[in-house]
Amino acid sequence: VEEVLAAAEEQDAEKRRSITVEKELELEFDLGNLLALDRNPPAAAGLRGACPRREALLRALARDNTQLLVARLWELPAERAGGAGGPLVAQLPEPTFRLPREKPPPRPRPPTRWEQFARLKGIHKRKKTSLVWDEQAKEWRRRWGYRRAGGDPARAWLAEEDQFARLRREKRERVARNEFNRLRNLARAHRAGTAVPAEPLHPTGHQSREELGHVARVARVSTASLGRFQPRLPKEPVEPPSRSGGRKRRFDPLLGNLSAERSRQLELLRDMGSKKPVLDITRAVNKQLRQEEAEAAAAKGKKQSKRGKRGRRQQRVGRGKKSG
Amino acid sequence: MEPLERVVKPKTKRAKRFLEKREPKLKENTKNAMLIKGGNANLTVTEVLKDIYAVKKPFAVLYKKKNITRPFEDQTSLEFFSKKSDCSLFLFGSHNKKRPNNLVIGRMFDYHVLDMIELGIEKFVSLKDLKNSKCPEGTKPMLIFAGDVFDVNEEYRRLKSLLIDFFRGPTVPSVRLAGLEYLLHFTALEGRIYMRSYKVLLKKSGCKIPRIELEEMGPSLDLVMRRTHLASDDLYKRSLKQPKALKPKKKKNISHDVFGTTYGRIHMQKQDLGKLQTRKMKGLKKRPAEKSAEDGRVSPKKSKPA
Repeated sequence: VEEVLAAAEEQDAEKRRSITVEKELELEFDLGNLLALDRNPPAAAGLRGACPRREALLRALARDNTQLLVARLWELPAERAGGAGGPLVAQLPEPTFRLPREKPPPRPRPPTRWEQFARLKGIHKRKKTSLVWDEQAKEWRRRWGYRRAGGDPARAWLAEEDQFARLRREKRERVARNEFNRLRNLARAHRAGTAVPAEPLHPTGHQSREELGHVARVARVSTASLGRFQPRLPKEPVEPPSRSGGRKRRFDPLLGNLSAERSRQLELLRDMGSKKPVLDITRAVNKQLRQEEAEAAAAKGKKQSKRGKRGRRQQRVGRGKKSG
Repeated sequence: MEPLERVVKPKTKRAKRFLEKREPKLKENTKNAMLIKGGNANLTVTEVLKDIYAVKKPFAVLYKKKNITRPFEDQTSLEFFSKKSDCSLFLFGSHNKKRPNNLVIGRMFDYHVLDMIELGIEKFVSLKDLKNSKCPEGTKPMLIFAGDVFDVNEEYRRLKSLLIDFFRGPTVPSVRLAGLEYLLHFTALEGRIYMRSYKVLLKKSGCKIPRIELEEMGPSLDLVMRRTHLASDDLYKRSLKQPKALKPKKKKNISHDVFGTTYGRIHMQKQDLGKLQTRKMKGLKKRPAEKSAEDGRVSPKKSKPA
C-alpha cells in the first residue's frame, strides 16, 4: 500500500512540476485588476547583453510570472455561466490597488425651496396615472397632450376675452417664474458651496475709522483668553457690554423690580399649567415661510431691475409680433 | 463653477444623458485616453500611437491632426481637449533633435493635469511586424510589473500607477477564464523599462491549473524615463480619496473563529425569570387542599356557599 501511495505522490509531483515556479520573493497580486507585482530584481547580467538573448530572458521571466498569476486566478470561485455548457467564469474580487479618481466625488446639492417645504410639511411625491377620466367625453383621456382630458383649451372662444392671448400670456408667465426659481435655487446652491470670506483690511489709504475700530476689536478678542487680559491704550474706551453676550445673556440684577419679577413668575406658572403648547408649530412654520418669501421678493425686486431690460425687451417683441 | 455651466438646461433627453455621463459620480466610468500627435511627430511615434490605440479601443480617441503644443510648458490645450472629449488619460507623441521619439504619458484630475511623465522610445516593434494571430479587440489585459525599482523609486512608483491606470481597462465583476489571452509585461532594469505584450496560450497540464506558454505579439517598447511632472502630495492624496458611500458596509454582530465557524450575537432585553414558561411538572402542581388554605389566608371574606 505504501508503495502505491508513494508512486501516486510522485506522479502528482511530476504533474505539478510543470506548473510550479520558484521565486525568491512572493509576488503581490491584485486580482481585481488582473495585476501581479514582482519585487525580485531581474537578472541584470543576461538582460544587458544582446537582443535575442534579452528577449528570451524577458519571455522566460514573463512566463514564470504569468504562471503564478494564472494559478491564483484559477483558485478563485468559478461557475459555469449560462447553464451547464457555458464558459467557465471566475468571480473577481474588488481591485485593491489605489488609483486616483477621474473627477472629485460629487457634492450633495442643497435642497431647493420646494424640497425644504415638502420635507417640513411631510409631503411625498405621488406617482400620477398617465390617463385621466374625462366626465364630458366619458372616456379615459391622457393627462396632457393631444386630445387631453378637460376639453380643448381653444374651444372657449365664446367668452369675451381673447382666450388665445390669455393662454399664451399665462404660459409665458409660468415659464418665466419656473426659470427664475430654478436660477435662484442654483444660485443658493452655489453660494452654499463657496462661503464668502471676511473682507481683510486694505493695506494703505482707504481705511475708515469704523473699519480700523472693527479690526482692532477683532484682533483684541483673538487671544487665548478672548481679550480679557489685553492692556488698553490710555484713551481707549472700556467695552465690557459685548462680553455679556448680547441680548439673550443679559441678566437682571437680583433685587430689582419686584412687581416685574412677580408677574413673570406667574406667567411662567400659567404656561406650565396650560394644556395648549406655547409654541404653535404651524404658525411658526408659516411665519418663517412668509419671512423667507418677503426676503425673496426683495431679492426678486433687485434681480428684476438687473434683468429688467432683457426681460422687458423680450416680452415687448413677443407682444408686438403676435398682435400685428 | 459647475452650477454656472448648468444654468443652460438641456432641452433634449439626449443632451441630458450626455451631461449625466460626464458629471462626477460615485462609481466612475472607465477612463478614456486621448492620443495626440505633436508638431513634428515622426513615423515611429505615429506608429506607437496607432498601436496603443488598437490596444486601448474602444476607450481611446486618436487625434489625426498634429497639434503644436508643448505639454511641459503649457497645459491649457491639453486640458481643453480633455474637457471636450471627456478623457482623463493622455499620450502625447513628438520628435525633435533634443528629445528624439518622445512620448508624454499623463493623467488628469478634474480636467487638470495631475501627473505627466516623459518617456523616450529606444526600440519599437509594432503589431504589424510580428506576423501571428492577435487577440480580439477590447480584451482586458493581465498586467505584470517586474523589478524592485518600481517600488523603491518614487518616480517609478508613479509611473507604475500611471501604466496600470492607462492599460487596465474596464473593471468587471467576473471574467471568463478561457478568455485571459492578453498579457502586458513591464520590466524595469538599469534606467530602462521594457514593455512586452504576449498572447497567452493555456496548455493542458496534469491538474486543473493550465500551463502557460507565451507568444510574442503586439507592440513592444524599450523606454527611457526623461522628465517628469508629478502632482504634489496633497493633490495626489485628494485625488485618491474615495467617497465614504463606496466603502463596504461592515456587518455588525457577526464574528468568525479560527475553525471557520460563524458566530452571531443577539442582544436581549432583561427577562423576568419568575414568569418563564418551563416544563410542567405535574408533581409540583398545587393540590386543592393547599390552594384553599392559601385562599383562606388571602381573602377571608370569600366563603363557599354551603
